[in-house]
Amino acid sequence: MSYLVGSGLTSYGKHEGSSTLDLMSQASKLALKDAGLSRSDIDGVICGYSTTLPHLMLATLFCEHFGISPQYAHTVQMGGATGLGLVMLAKQLVASGAARRILVIGGENRMTGQSRDSAIQVLAQVGHPVYEVPLGATIPAYYGLLASSYMKAFGSNEQDFAALAVLMRQHASRHPGAQFQKPITEDDVLASRPIASPLKILDCCSVADGGCAVVVSSEPVGGNPLKITGAAQHHNAQHISAMKNLNDFGAGQCTQRALQSAGRKLSEVEYIAIYDSFTITLTMLLEEIGLAPRGQAGNWAREGRFSQDSATPLNLHGGLLSYGHCGVAGAMAHLAEAHLQMTGRAGERQARRSGVSLLHADGGVLSSHVSLVLESV
Amino acid sequence: MNSNDWTQGGDHLHYQQCGTCANRWYFKRDFCPTCGQTSPHTHLASGLGKVCASTLVHRAPSDEFRAIVPYRIVMVDLADGIRVMGHAEVDVLMDDQVRCEVRTIAGRSLPYFVKDTHVS
Repeated sequence: MSYLVGSGLTSYGKHEGSSTLDLMSQASKLALKDAGLSRSDIDGVICGYSTTLPHLMLATLFCEHFGISPQYAHTVQMGGATGLGLVMLAKQLVASGAARRILVIGGENRMTGQSRDSAIQVLAQVGHPVYEVPLGATIPAYYGLLASSYMKAFGSNEQDFAALAVLMRQHASRHPGAQFQKPITEDDVLASRPIASPLKILDCCSVADGGCAVVVSSEPVGGNPLKITGAAQHHNAQHISAMKNLNDFGAGQCTQRALQSAGRKLSEVEYIAIYDSFTITLTMLLEEIGLAPRGQAGNWAREGRFSQDSATPLNLHGGLLSYGHCGVAGAMAHLAEAHLQMTGRAGERQARRSGVSLLHADGGVLSSHVSLVLESV
Repeated sequence: MNSNDWTQGGDHLHYQQCGTCANRWYFKRDFCPTCGQTSPHTHLASGLGKVCASTLVHRAPSDEFRAIVPYRIVMVDLADGIRVMGHAEVDVLMDDQVRCEVRTIAGRSLPYFVKDTHVS
């Protein structure tokens, strides 16, 4: 068995003057403390990429900076799915005996380390360099295209999307580390600045600085271990122009495989952490996974079915939409919140039951998928 | 109109087809991504098709595109059996029948879809 034994999460937003390595270090220090471990206990380091520090060997660079010499270290790139992909890899490394205590890190000064145009241009490169990017396409444009197709197929509307932005903000209002904490209404979302129709600025996640780290161990050390019981991936076409089916991106079969590997059913899940780069992303993932019927995710959010006191609370830290998105660490904040929830340490955000959690993230434009199942010890 | 590249079909889009399994695709390569057969055939596309996804972009990635906001980007299912992304007239709607031209947009040659009024 592999265990998640500690997590560390910085606030997301502006960290003026902090580099990628600074943010990775802050998060790592917090994660080690949470696990009750010291640097010398770590024998493996895996981390995600940073767009503001595009280094060939970021993991080794980090190890030198942080002051550790592990037996195993490298970087992983799966876009937004990287954070959960790293945990899946750590689970397997620990199970194989390649390492016993692995520090898993994401961190980036995505907000203050580059211009806004630069961030938008770098991220747009998940599109095709010949057939898509030269059109002046952006990540919001790719998702705007998918949203138009999804709305037609399943009857979702812009107000339904807005309901999810409102929910994420409501959850973030209870987390002091969230980038955006002031509650918003569906009308606020609908009236916000257009970005790429049907998406407005409040349908889009932010660009933030921040870092998150977790420790994955072969033993349930420290005071707050969780079991990592299931994991799975699915990989689609990289580009939306090449997607076979615009109404099925493989998130459903990916989570089913993760649940199967844990010996669990979707109906047994008590806490959900789902990637929410845009309201349409969250809509599509929730509905494709089967956590809401097609076309109903917004209604279900409105009815309280993903709220703190519900049977399946969702992203109680506020998600990428409101806690913030700093790249690889973005989805790792979902993981850190799941860890707090599952170990009863979420304070005023605490869910009633969270013994079995399902996490799902995508990278690119629903191109790569990773699902994880975590369970209380 | 202009006769630049797109991409190498000039005023038309190109697509490729496998001589063995008949698979068709848009992104050029020298083998069939389905069966691996080499030497696929390259064809000029009719450029006629139906809009299957559409977005009006207000937040451009760079100054060249900032000068023309808002601009519409669509995905079109071509009668040729491939899906392509292109610019389009701002008032093009989902499911509209469209026809591809190659136009200069933001200083570069790009596929541009206009409503096809000749469709019955």
